Amino acid sequence: MSIDKDKIKHISKLARISIDSKKSDLLAKDLTSIFKFIEQLNELNTDKVEPLSSILNTPLRSREDKIDDGKIREKILKNSPKNNEEFFVVPKVIE
Amino acid sequence: MSKDKFDYYIEGKKNKYEVIIGLEVHAQVSSNSKLFSGSATKFGAEPNSQVSLIDSAFPGMLPVINKECINQAIRTGLGLNAKINNNSVFDRKNYFYADLPQGYQISQYKNPIVGEGKVLLDMPYGSKEIGIERLHLEQDAGKSIHDMDPTNTYVDLNRSGIALMEIVSKPDLRSPDEVNVYIKKLRTIMRYLGTCDGNMQEGSLRADVNVSVRKIGDKKLGTRCEIKNVNSIKFMQMAIEYESNRQVEMLDDGKKIDQETRLFDTKKNETRSMRSKEDAHDYRYFPDPDLLPLKIEQKLIDELKKTLPELPDNKKERFINDYGLNSYEANVLVSEKDISDYYEEVAKLSDKKLAATWMMGDLFAMLNDKGLNISNSPISAKNFAELVRSIKSGEISGRIAKEVFEIMVESGENPKKIIESKGMKQQSDPKELEKIINEILTKNKDKVDQYKSGKEKLFGFFVGQVMKQSGGKANPQLTNEILKKLLKG
Repeated sequence: MSIDKDKIKHISKLARISIDSKKSDLLAKDLTSIFKFIEQLNELNTDKVEPLSSILNTPLRSREDKIDDGKIREKILKNSPKNNEEFFVVPKVIE
Repeated sequence: MSKDKFDYYIEGKKNKYEVIIGLEVHAQVSSNSKLFSGSATKFGAEPNSQVSLIDSAFPGMLPVINKECINQAIRTGLGLNAKINNNSVFDRKNYFYADLPQGYQISQYKNPIVGEGKVLLDMPYGSKEIGIERLHLEQDAGKSIHDMDPTNTYVDLNRSGIALMEIVSKPDLRSPDEVNVYIKKLRTIMRYLGTCDGNMQEGSLRADVNVSVRKIGDKKLGTRCEIKNVNSIKFMQMAIEYESNRQVEMLDDGKKIDQETRLFDTKKNETRSMRSKEDAHDYRYFPDPDLLPLKIEQKLIDELKKTLPELPDNKKERFINDYGLNSYEANVLVSEKDISDYYEEVAKLSDKKLAATWMMGDLFAMLNDKGLNISNSPISAKNFAELVRSIKSGEISGRIAKEVFEIMVESGENPKKIIESKGMKQQSDPKELEKIINEILTKNKDKVDQYKSGKEKLFGFFVGQVMKQSGGKANPQLTNEILKKLLKG
């Protein structure tokens, strides 16, 4: 797959990263060669192989349905750049 | 809703169309704590008081899944006659929004916990099966509040991380009525199972509505639009009505429908495009590296199956077969588990059919009037059964029963006591009645003569006099008989 400038623009928008035009040329070239390298895997025949989402063979750890967390509003809001002691406050976002 | 033939079509300028609807219902899982953290899920708590470091996405925090949420999803799947998948995977759905601190929602994409199932709808034109495509577990987002400050949005993360079940239907629904019945049926099933409280006011049940239209006779589905996050049945119906008419108008004007996400404006009663969501459709799903695949042993599924309560479809059939109710009565009485429990308690102690009639009539009307529901009814099931028994045995007439009922509502007292202390017993002694009737006939000689000369309408007058004289307690049937006999003589 070759990555062009438009694709870089799209990805950076999704990731909320601003990338200037000079840099996006460079990134397009880099990413294209990275994809080329990875695409070597396509040479393998995986028709009869189930997709693997984890290489670990341990079961998913679970917990009981107990309330043992929360009630730390002050602590959490302390890390917000703007708050009013009850809420996180962010610039107006409205549909 | 009393039509016995399906007839929801939209007549355009040129063609007649049918409406195709599929729903993605988001049902909040009933659990004490959240899907991946130990914070509480209680509705209406102080803002941001039920938020842990996991729910607010602090770096280095790892999600650990809540066992009960898995069980609840399995129970719901079983209630929908669906296949439970022994292997499923949690994925990240990536998008940016202020009330989604992780920058992604943990959801299930390719491998959901529950596969295909079905739900039966009772429509006036017969029973209809709606296919379930899948059910998966996912996290809810926080809540953005836009109207508390002119320039800022406030974010409350109490809801962030609460477990949701997304139940996706096949595009089998064909009208707003069917959507209404489908949502109510899902809600009933989940409330029976105890897996979701179904409270739409509190947002425990919301839906994305997919709508498309196609010319009658066409096989291919039209392009659909998705109306996001509608939180009441009425709004769903209004949105479908508006959206399908909009699409028909466009098609008949020779225009093309764009597949897009739309928003239903409840004030203007219209849907409109959410352009800002267009890019966000690129969710870049991938398996969440923080979570291993979810393996479910058949043993667990079998165990949960054994503990399921009797579900509404089965209960309805039992009510019809064992209690002699008709389909309509059975439907109403199984619609809520509390109602069916109450009914069964009453039916056990009294006449089953009469109990149903009185429950669906006077009892429901009273509860509705007072804004109560069956679980806080001022009349206990035991007392209600006693009242039904008194009616059935002829101890009191239907009219007097209504009076007793009123007193029961006020006092919560036993009807036997009320009937006795107020002397409300029905006058069923023929001799006593004859005495009263004879008195009345003697007093109204002129009317008796008129009756005998053909003015038969006066019969009602005599009955009224007997009722008045007896304080409404005269047995109506007996009164009729005796009156007829004496008037002949």
